[in-house]
Amino acid sequence: MSGPFLQLEQVTLRFGGLTAVNDVNLTIGEDELVGLIGPNGAGKTTVFNLITGIYAPSSGRVLFRGQDLAGLPVNRRVRLGIARTFQNIRLFGGLSVADNVRAACDAHRTTGPFQALARTPAFRADEADINRQVDELLAIFNLGRLRDAPAASLPYGEQRRLEIVRALATKPKLLLLDEPAAGMNPTEKAELSRLILQIREQFSLSILLVEHSMKVVMGVCERITVLDYGFKIAEGPPAAIQSDPKVIEAYLGEEKP
Amino acid sequence: MIEFLQQLINGLAQGGIYALIALGYTMVYGVLRFINFAHGDIFMLGAFAGFYVGPAVLRITGLSPSFAAVLLVLPIAMLACALAGMAIERLCYRPLRDRPRLTVLITAIGVSLLLENGGQFVFGASPRSFPELITDRALALPASLGSLATLTITLSQVLVLGVALLLLGGLRQIVGKTRTGLAMRALSLNPTAAQLMGVDLDRIIALTFGLGSALAGAAGILASIQQPSIDPLMGIAAGLKAFVAAVLGGIGSLTGAVVGGLLIGVLEALVVGYLSPTYRDPIVFGVLILILLFRPAGLLGRFQPEKV
Amino acid sequence: MKRPGPNLVFLFVLAGLAVLAPVAGWLGPYALDILVGIAINLILAVSLNLINGYTGQFSLGHAGFMAVGAYASAWLTLQAGTPSGVNGLVVFASALLAGSLCAGLVGLAVGVPSLRLRGDYLAIVTLGFNEIIKGAVQNAEPLGAQRGLTGIGQYTGFFSAFAGAALAILVVHNLVQSTYGRGFLATHNDEIAAESSGLDTTRYKIVAFATGAFFAGLAGGLYAHFKQFIHPEAFGFMRSMDIVVMVILGGMGSMVGVCCAAVLLTVLPELLRALANLESLPPAIRDFVSNRMILYSVLLIILMITRPQGLLNFSSRRAQASR
Ligand SMILES: Nc1ncnc2c1ncn2[C@@H]1O[C@H](COP(=O)(O)OP(=O)(O)OP(=O)(O)O)[C@@H](O)[C@H]1O
Ligand SMILES: [Mg+2]
Repeated sequence: MSGPFLQLEQVTLRFGGLTAVNDVNLTIGEDELVGLIGPNGAGKTTVFNLITGIYAPSSGRVLFRGQDLAGLPVNRRVRLGIARTFQNIRLFGGLSVADNVRAACDAHRTTGPFQALARTPAFRADEADINRQVDELLAIFNLGRLRDAPAASLPYGEQRRLEIVRALATKPKLLLLDEPAAGMNPTEKAELSRLILQIREQFSLSILLVEHSMKVVMGVCERITVLDYGFKIAEGPPAAIQSDPKVIEAYLGEEKP
Repeated sequence: MIEFLQQLINGLAQGGIYALIALGYTMVYGVLRFINFAHGDIFMLGAFAGFYVGPAVLRITGLSPSFAAVLLVLPIAMLACALAGMAIERLCYRPLRDRPRLTVLITAIGVSLLLENGGQFVFGASPRSFPELITDRALALPASLGSLATLTITLSQVLVLGVALLLLGGLRQIVGKTRTGLAMRALSLNPTAAQLMGVDLDRIIALTFGLGSALAGAAGILASIQQPSIDPLMGIAAGLKAFVAAVLGGIGSLTGAVVGGLLIGVLEALVVGYLSPTYRDPIVFGVLILILLFRPAGLLGRFQPEKV
Repeated sequence: MKRPGPNLVFLFVLAGLAVLAPVAGWLGPYALDILVGIAINLILAVSLNLINGYTGQFSLGHAGFMAVGAYASAWLTLQAGTPSGVNGLVVFASALLAGSLCAGLVGLAVGVPSLRLRGDYLAIVTLGFNEIIKGAVQNAEPLGAQRGLTGIGQYTGFFSAFAGAALAILVVHNLVQSTYGRGFLATHNDEIAAESSGLDTTRYKIVAFATGAFFAGLAGGLYAHFKQFIHPEAFGFMRSMDIVVMVILGGMGSMVGVCCAAVLLTVLPELLRALANLESLPPAIRDFVSNRMILYSVLLIILMITRPQGLLNFSSRRAQASR
């Protein structure tokens, strides 16, 4: 493979007069766990939306394994191996926990509507395969006992976990996590940190983590990028970031812990 | 050329009516982000208000058909429609304020069907002839206009456009200059922020429905003066056309609604004049589809993508 | 695989229908009219449910697709000279298929705008398409224009109508009840989340539209060859609303509920008509019940406010399927 795994080249996105992301360069290597932090409104979620294709950059390029992603719709990028979770949880609330994960297995089916109509052997094999994968994933994340509950009925923490499971069901090579620890208590956060590391081991993927909890970010990330008002203001290992005066200034006056 | 101008005049008069109705769609969409399917039927209610009130007004005041009679009946019908619109909002839409948009849309369809079929039940299904509030006649154009003098411009056409323009001016004053109008605009820009700044959501939404419905009521009277046969289903076609007009102009934009209404009126007149009346509806809907496909924000609207 | 697969059940149902068909022959024309009406409405409601219920796209133009199927198939059997006997069956079956395919193709054409539009806008556009299709027929001399098309052979009977209904139910069931089918529900639930989970929501919408339209076309073909006369006005906005009411009343995304609603709403007007003819009732009540749409509309409004999941939908799992 040539070049870095994921690369943002001088990416800018403007919403009318507001420049949410300004000339940002960002790279993630294979199997790397990178943190993306910054005060509220810094543009972190917007970076995710640019990588996943929900927004198209006003200028600049997004490359994944050397391929320019411009013009690729959201679902095609997922099929290339980019999965994400949402800051404001977006599960399929009315569907069961298992169905949420089943839906996300779509990218790997070999059969389509016509085989579904005829219930061909290939289709049955597909069904069995997907159901087995779903069971395995739910078991790993301790959601097996909730498999038939509507996703919207789950407690908050479990919904966040289910979002991660759903993302993993697409078999990603790069996982984007948007504030997975939001709303969690310290015990849950510690548990989540462990989980993130475990995911990376078990599924061997790269992770880009947006998180306000410094404890989680500093604990798991190998490298951290800091955004402020859409600009990248710092980049480096956790220790260096914590003592960077520009970062401290950006966070001054912020009420975030 | 004369033929073309004639169609243009006929189209503008019809377009003025579409414009008045389209304003209601656009205003409600602005504050609630939903298409009030029942709006066209308010137009029908306006016509029937005139049907019942008109003769009574003539009898009580002893007026013969004249401008004065129109000016008396118009506000009564507008008030009746405003009340009807506000009642519908209060009873059917307010309980659904935070529900999925589809639920509200279906409810609006239900209200529309209720007004149409309830109308057939109450008013009777067969067409009625609208009382003569003003004696319509072709205006005599000064001979100095040359060949233009052969154009037919009727009193009712002048009346429709005149009243429509007056009402539009009034609406612009309300939306642009009053505190209520300011609150409406704030609400359509950012509902949460507007509420935090003390905008009384329920009151503004009710007023929006009231204003929009009053305009549709006025359109009902004006349309019936031009075309004095009314029936409980007359709101369907007019409502749909006006909706197309609102989308064409850019839903959410007042000026857009007026421009769209006039354009649709003229387009219809040209199709009827040069092609065939049976092509009128398909072509208008074809225009709607083309706009939605190629310029979903309409001519004067702004498109806002969903925030993720 | 302990339970028999849906395809096996379908074959059993077909066999059962074949046995019942002669029995249905003994029924009077009125009963047959209602039965065939039920079957046709089942096809319409079940197929619209795929678009509006499972996939969450609000189509208001189902009668337009029905018109395509009705006119295309009727034109074909008329061209073929409405033969009888085995020839007639072959002609009828191929005309039905061709009509349904035409409707499916038109459904594809309508599905394309659905890629960009959502909610109320899509509703209006499909309504517009319905009017355009109606207008096209009204201007087409070979299709009888505004006079309608007469002299169509009566090929549709009890068996063909209910076989069609069973096929529609089977196809929608097979599409939706599988891991593949989760895609329709996910698209309905949250399109952005669905795309972000790798689902090609555009494809799902197109499949839903084309399949739904195909069966609306089938229903149209069966209708044309039962009534023997079709008229553009029979395929207008009101007809579309009838089908929408069935889907909403039954509960969007509930197969059983929608089927019940289709049966109920076919029989109800007949009951109301009988009631309206009762001499002993006061005229006001008779007038009232003679317009079923008043009842439907009130029901629709109350339902949306108190029970948006549908009157006949008792599955709590999807109680909040819409976002
Ligand atoms: N669709 C949009 N339209 C207009 N402005 C937007 C849109 N999406 C984001 N923004 C703006 O872009 C800026 C960056 O937003 P973004 O959501 O990326 O911030 P963030 O870093 O994720 O913040 P937070 O920590 O609060 O999640 C904000 O000012 C936001 O209001
Ligand atoms: Mg964010």
